[in-house]
Amino acid sequence: MRPLKLFFLILISLLIIWINLPENLRINFKILNQKVDFIINPLKIDTEIFGWKIKKEFKTHLGLDLKGGSHLVFEADTSKIKSEDLEDALNSARDIIEKRVNFFGVSEPQIQTLKSSGKYLISVDLAGITDVSSAIKLIGQTAQLSFKEEMPTKDQKEATETPIFLRLNKDTGLTGKHVKKASLTFDPQTGKPQVALSFTEDGGKIFAKITERNVGKPVAIYLDQFLLSAPVVQQKIEEGNAVITGNFTIDEAKKLAIAINSGALPMPMKLIEQKNIGPTLGEEEVRKSVYAGVVGLSLVILFMILYYKKLGAIAALALLIYGALSLAIFRSIPVVLTLPGVAGFILSIGMAVDSNILIFERIKEELREGKSFEVAFNLGFGRAIDAIKDANITTLIVSFILFNPLNWEFLPQFGMVRGFALTLGIGVATSLFTGVIITKRLIKFFYKLK
Amino acid sequence: MVNFLKYKIIYFLISLTVIGVGLFSTLRWGFRFSIDFVGGTNLEYQPERNVSKQEVKKVLEKEKIDFSYLSIRNKNIFLRTKPLNDKKINDLKKALERQLKTKLITIRSETVGPWVSGDNLKKTVIACFLAVLGILVYMSFAFRGFNYALAAILAMIHDFLVVLGIYSLISYFFGAEVDTLFITAVLTTMSFSVHDTIVIFDKIREYLQNEEEKDIEYFANRALTETMVRSFNNSMTIVFMLLALVLLGGLTIRFFALTLLIGTITGTYSSPFVATPILVWLEKRKK
Repeated sequence: MRPLKLFFLILISLLIIWINLPENLRINFKILNQKVDFIINPLKIDTEIFGWKIKKEFKTHLGLDLKGGSHLVFEADTSKIKSEDLEDALNSARDIIEKRVNFFGVSEPQIQTLKSSGKYLISVDLAGITDVSSAIKLIGQTAQLSFKEEMPTKDQKEATETPIFLRLNKDTGLTGKHVKKASLTFDPQTGKPQVALSFTEDGGKIFAKITERNVGKPVAIYLDQFLLSAPVVQQKIEEGNAVITGNFTIDEAKKLAIAINSGALPMPMKLIEQKNIGPTLGEEEVRKSVYAGVVGLSLVILFMILYYKKLGAIAALALLIYGALSLAIFRSIPVVLTLPGVAGFILSIGMAVDSNILIFERIKEELREGKSFEVAFNLGFGRAIDAIKDANITTLIVSFILFNPLNWEFLPQFGMVRGFALTLGIGVATSLFTGVIITKRLIKFFYKLK
Repeated sequence: MVNFLKYKIIYFLISLTVIGVGLFSTLRWGFRFSIDFVGGTNLEYQPERNVSKQEVKKVLEKEKIDFSYLSIRNKNIFLRTKPLNDKKINDLKKALERQLKTKLITIRSETVGPWVSGDNLKKTVIACFLAVLGILVYMSFAFRGFNYALAAILAMIHDFLVVLGIYSLISYFFGAEVDTLFITAVLTTMSFSVHDTIVIFDKIREYLQNEEEKDIEYFANRALTETMVRSFNNSMTIVFMLLALVLLGGLTIRFFALTLLIGTITGTYSSPFVATPILVWLEKRKK
């Protein structure tokens, strides 16, 4: 092998091993009186190249059925939304839910908008949440716009040293109820997008009083628990208008305006589906299934070695490379592993082994006809390829249709079937590579063929 | 060379028996559909003391809860009702706690609205039809003959019926439900079945291309003889994996792994003993 090629091979292997390292594994031992104590973690990238922010963590993402959590589906009542605003409204609902869920401290919530039989759905997957009732309440709660002013305090020192959002915690009584209309406008001076509010008559009066007593002081505008902006009041405002500035993009300002206009989510939501899987159940299930998987895989390897001897050992090696490569791909994309996903993967392992068995049987056939190993090897590979190609392409077609990459409405859009199709597709594509190319290289290497 | 096709009447009878029993069971007992496909609420509670089915039933009747399933397994209460909203579920739990005089821990609480469920099933069926169509088109091109594709698809339908029928028996005797996992297992079986069939057909195609014109039956028998070891070995590897999952794996995937196991066995069986005889019959009819 040429040195450059060898170098790249080693580099790629190391990268794959790095990506596949276990998470948070503590290594702690003593060697030559030196204490070794560190924690192993898979590759993590967090860097900036030419202004492109690259941030990626390579770790296994488990689906709700494996790690426990809640799956909620809301149906959006779109009857009062004009069709041209529909998409914006749905997206803003999605964003509002995401904000609220993040506030709940859920890592990586999966929130999707779906259309199904003419109905609009928002599905929310919350990993590790067992207290569903409060999660549902939180999501369904109305997004409230509120105005807060400084808490009167005697201690001047305390007043200046506490962070601004802690000082601004006195409710003014002015809320989203008092907003007649919110709209996207642009700051005449800077040209930046902002949200203009016009108050109702009552709201205008309250707002005038607030601004009167807070001249020279900040007034905070909150949406839910989030501080949107805290402008300093310049003078008493009597026209009943206000402006929320902030570092908004046009899109953000537009969504904010929609959210404020509705006073809550852009449309009423109805919970139509909910599922929770206890975390202990999930954990125990995964542990057992992984154990079973290891036992099964060992049996497969044992069988291959007993039946095909040296060739079988090479196939087993190719299978291990296949496993490592697939895991690296799953972690890179990342693929969320669910039970059906694991099934798809097991099936693809079966098909990967099948490629090898097909090739070996062909080689044996040629050997029986009295050909030398080298000739039999070349013929066997050449002839097995047709069958391998056709069999795997049909499987790829099936997984492509089931995965529904274009998110067509008439095909499954829910996670289970798609999870299965994704791992099956990736697995089969990878097995075409390892089962044929890698095995070929390995045989050439171990049998010292040219 | 073994003359496998000589015994085709036996293969036919075996398939007929298995599918017949399965269909009988399907028609007689049907399936227990999970809430994914018919909608409803699944509840599982862990009470602090042992409660009897009668006690729970009395409470449900008093609260006017329309339930379709109720059982006590390992102390836990399993309950299936029409779709309930969050508030009703809370009320029910409180009522149960009060009247059974015990604290309940919610182990599982799932609700699927009725129209979502029907929709899921419809979409999966459409996807399956498209997948079958895709296989038909690809195989017709790859093998330059519609008969190859047709035989493969018929064998696939055979496997589908076998899995469906046996699952209905499992459903009746062990309480397995038709859920999304079952659908996945069926899909897996179907793609495995075609995969396995193609390997044999590929052999037949190779003989037809490279050797002088002979009877298709002769080529088919030769192909079967030569692929039999491979088919068996390949299935053994998958069977090992699945058997380990059935015997050692977690409870939630036991039925799933079992279905896959049945699918693998019938998928392997159907390629030489269903697809190939059908192909030979179709090709002979052509002449």
